Amino acid sequence: MKTNLKKTIIHYSQLNERINFEAMKNTIAERVYDFLKNYPPFKMLSKELLTTISENVKILYFETETKIFEIDEPVGDNFYIVKDGAVGIYSGTKNGLADKCGEGDIFGLRALIRKDKYQLTAITHEESIIYSISLDLLQEIMQTSQEAKEFIITSFATDNNSNTKQDSVLDKLFANEKNSFTEVQAVQYSENTITCSISTSIQEAALLMSQHKVGSIIITKNEKPIGIITDKDLRFKIATGKFGIDQKVDKIMSSPVITSAKEISIAEAQMSMLKCNIAHLCITQDGTPDSKLIGILSEHDIVLSYGNNPSVLIKEIKRSKETAILKSVRQKAEQLLKAYLEQNVDILFIANVLSHINDAITKQLIELSIDEMNEKPPVNFAWLSLGSMGRNEQFLLTDQDNALVFDDVAENEYTKTKDYFISLSHKINDKLNQIGFEYCPADVMARNPKWCLSLSQWNNQFKQWIVSPTNEKVMLCTIFFDYRLVYGKHELVSQMTQSIFKSIDGFEIFLNFLALNATQNPPPLSFFRNFLVEAGGEHKNQFDIKARAIMPLVDAARLLILSHHVGNCNNTILRYQRLVKLEPQNAELFEECIESYKKLLHFRSLQGIRNNDSGRYVDLNSLSKSDKLQLRSSFKPIKDIQELISVRFRLSHLR
Amino acid sequence: MFGTIFRKKYPDFWNKYDNYFKENKETDIENTRFVVFDTESTGLDIKNDRILSIGAISILGNSIDVSHSFEIYLNQEKFNADTVKIHGILKAGNLTKFSEEEAIIQFINYIRDGILVAHHVDFDVAIIDKALSRMNLPKLKNKRIDTGVLYKMSLPYSQTYKHFGLDELCNVYKITKHDRHTASGDAYIAAILFQKIMASLKKKNKNLQLRDLFHSQKREGLL
Repeated sequence: MKTNLKKTIIHYSQLNERINFEAMKNTIAERVYDFLKNYPPFKMLSKELLTTISENVKILYFETETKIFEIDEPVGDNFYIVKDGAVGIYSGTKNGLADKCGEGDIFGLRALIRKDKYQLTAITHEESIIYSISLDLLQEIMQTSQEAKEFIITSFATDNNSNTKQDSVLDKLFANEKNSFTEVQAVQYSENTITCSISTSIQEAALLMSQHKVGSIIITKNEKPIGIITDKDLRFKIATGKFGIDQKVDKIMSSPVITSAKEISIAEAQMSMLKCNIAHLCITQDGTPDSKLIGILSEHDIVLSYGNNPSVLIKEIKRSKETAILKSVRQKAEQLLKAYLEQNVDILFIANVLSHINDAITKQLIELSIDEMNEKPPVNFAWLSLGSMGRNEQFLLTDQDNALVFDDVAENEYTKTKDYFISLSHKINDKLNQIGFEYCPADVMARNPKWCLSLSQWNNQFKQWIVSPTNEKVMLCTIFFDYRLVYGKHELVSQMTQSIFKSIDGFEIFLNFLALNATQNPPPLSFFRNFLVEAGGEHKNQFDIKARAIMPLVDAARLLILSHHVGNCNNTILRYQRLVKLEPQNAELFEECIESYKKLLHFRSLQGIRNNDSGRYVDLNSLSKSDKLQLRSSFKPIKDIQELISVRFRLSHLR
Repeated sequence: MFGTIFRKKYPDFWNKYDNYFKENKETDIENTRFVVFDTESTGLDIKNDRILSIGAISILGNSIDVSHSFEIYLNQEKFNADTVKIHGILKAGNLTKFSEEEAIIQFINYIRDGILVAHHVDFDVAIIDKALSRMNLPKLKNKRIDTGVLYKMSLPYSQTYKHFGLDELCNVYKITKHDRHTASGDAYIAAILFQKIMASLKKKNKNLQLRDLFHSQKREGLL
């Protein structure tokens, strides 16, 4: 209204020269303002900007089932927000409903890429009033508010994401409903549990089981499960004559029982069963053994008809006696990973499943290797995974990084003991290589005499790294401090951890050097907001997503978690989740880091699967605009966390 | 009419306005500019009451451009304390106010040859005509549509004797009644109402033409 009126008034300015434009009233714009201010990105804007936007909105009216824009139509110079009614966003056919926009939802952000075509169709589901806002104003919104900009970029990216992958993802979701996707769905447990008290005789219990045709009976006390008897118990403990049938159930029951809440997913249930080597899970009110029993979940309930699921794979691994079979299992795992990534399953869940599989393979290989040795290990030892495997973040077949620690022995036994473990490690490293985990180019492997040490040697080594932190040693810390026990004696590892914290306590400045290292890779955007690409070498002009985006987040998490003296917490996402609790004042930033990290891992893994490599180097030209935007949006927390580290560890003094 | 006989000289803005009507443009509904407006006045007596504010918006196709809306408040020579509680406009409020003459000039410039739409359009046109006559100018030349009458066109004939208030129609079409009894607020509500009635008329008659909107009620009944 303002502009229009201004023109008119200037024309007749001889009539009244003292017009105060600012006091002009525009009731409709005020109403638009009152509406927009409730919704992002508008609620993130200043009053002035939102007023300007409100004064320049176009109010559109559409009847039911009216097209607003269509696939392949050139994009307009505006985007939309639903005021009243509902709009369906379709990809391709009418059946491909991608999204439904209701009051306050924005759509049509494709217009951001000028001179492009719409890739979706928008049709009103109801009679609708839509506000249309010009691109110029959108540009201004994005320039003035960082928060609003991020909201728009994310909406845009998800908008497009759902669009490019729309058909395949939705199809899969529906087609595979009874297939692999069920793993993350809640289980169907049996609510008709047969129970008895602890004073019941074994015979009575067995009669109850036969009468109800079930394979298990739960022994309860005050409705809480305290033990279980299964067909197997009757077979092994009664039929063999170990116990008489007139004895009480507590003689043969397994106790305590493993319990779970009813929200457990199929995959999680299978994991628990495999881990505890059991076939039944008791479902209780709150998931602990100390609450009311509400049902039972048997392995039978989740006998699965599909091949590529984690528990079947792990069973297969445990049965394998040959490297070649393990290799094929690992390839199946790759298929599973692909399906998960395409179905956008939470990355932390994927990480857990994949590391379970990788660990199971490694364990099996270690046992096979020990069998091949002429004698049993002379002392206790522990096999450690390092780097990304240590952090449970290895999805793709990348290099192997590992080390071995063995119990201290008498001096005269030392050489012999070390030789044993080095030759054992050679076997294990070779087998891992055959499976597809390539040898580490820097030889960070247990077969290397430098990384196959006794406990006290490791402790000395760490102490030395901490006390004289040269660049090279700090780098080694970043690899070795993410160790995780895969096989062997747990105490060895916890002693190592304690020793590290003791050394750090005595030499706090080490953390500052670690901080310096953690901030050496700046946020991966150039001054002109372009991606920083590699300047030379084999990967010239490619973007190193590992070094430039993933590692800075990993390094920051490691540093901060070490500064809080938290051990045995290796996974980067878990580390940030822990930091959220430790430093509630920075919770928001850590949450952002988690989101970014998940996005980056997902991106790298998909990239690796597509190109059949580690996914580390990304050819920017191969990316769609939306991929680039999405990738770029995950860089902001990198900058923020590096700033936090710089300030906290006073890095300006060290530089 | 007298204007042409006596060759009375009108101000520039009126001549410009007048010119718009000389070109004969047959056009379709989609490309017609509808100016939905409302006036708030000191009362319902055309002769003695005065305009307090005018609000108007234009509809082109299915679009209302907020930046091209019109809202103006007038200085009050005549004050009627009784109607303040309806329209809420005080004699000395802090709004920028214009003389009646300025306001009418701006309104005429804004509407051009658009089709005037209002609820009970006859009253609003009459009170503006009265203001024009105080400026020694002829009456408005625009075609006009009454949303009340238009609504009846969408009903079976048996119900057309009824009278429909704006509030009542808002309820029928589930329109939120913001800013009721401000000129702009009522104009906006009438605009949404107009679009909704048009939608239901188009549903009844897929080939709805502009001229169909001006059919009198009686002719509609006889057909």
